[in-house]
Amino acid sequence: MKIVYFAWVREQIGCDEEPAPEGAVTVADMLDLLRGKGGGHAAALGDESRLRFALDQLMVKSDAKLGNASELAIFPPVTGG
Amino acid sequence: MIDVQVQTERFDSGAALDALAQTGAGAVASFIGIVRADGDVAYPDRRVTALELEQYPAMTEAALRSISEAATERFSLTGAIIIHRIGRLEAGEPIVLAAAAAPHRADALDACAYLIDRLKTGAPFWKKQHFADGSAKWVEAKGSDDARAAGWE
Repeated sequence: MKIVYFAWVREQIGCDEEPAPEGAVTVADMLDLLRGKGGGHAAALGDESRLRFALDQLMVKSDAKLGNASELAIFPPVTGG
Repeated sequence: MIDVQVQTERFDSGAALDALAQTGAGAVASFIGIVRADGDVAYPDRRVTALELEQYPAMTEAALRSISEAATERFSLTGAIIIHRIGRLEAGEPIVLAAAAAPHRADALDACAYLIDRLKTGAPFWKKQHFADGSAKWVEAKGSDDARAAGWE
């Protein structure tokens, strides 16, 4: 699975995509694993209320199971229009 | 007819509305969003010179199409168009066109509001403001946008 980041999440983490660490069942588990990397990851992902998620390009909540998805996107609430 | 476009260049709103008018409609309603120079409410003294629009390319078009399809079903539309620009846009430039065509005006007007309200909270775009003093800041999502989108549920 690949993780992709957008907007200030991408800027704080310092990359736009990376391979996902193994061992997470849900989006929330994955957040915990990623925060464990410290630095920009911990700073950008610290407050879940400021984040939104998409699994294989569909918006999900953080309790969603990763299943066989191939892409998890983590980004701020959208501000288009 | 559903047409969604994501592009860096300016759009031709006249041509888009003409296409909608030819779907058998009795009414076409449209919304155009423009880059505002007064920018961020938190920084009233900072003039915005440009916005940078970022998207999630793999998801954007599907999200816009899904919003358009939902509007078409809900309001019995004959057509819906969303054109959203990305990249760097100067103050005063158009960002987005959302338009709906229906047999009668009430459905066209309501559907137009529905398209832009749902786009504001459900399509993966992010705006970064560039200020005249050289600083830049990501736009924060507004609770009032969530409330408007939730009003359609």
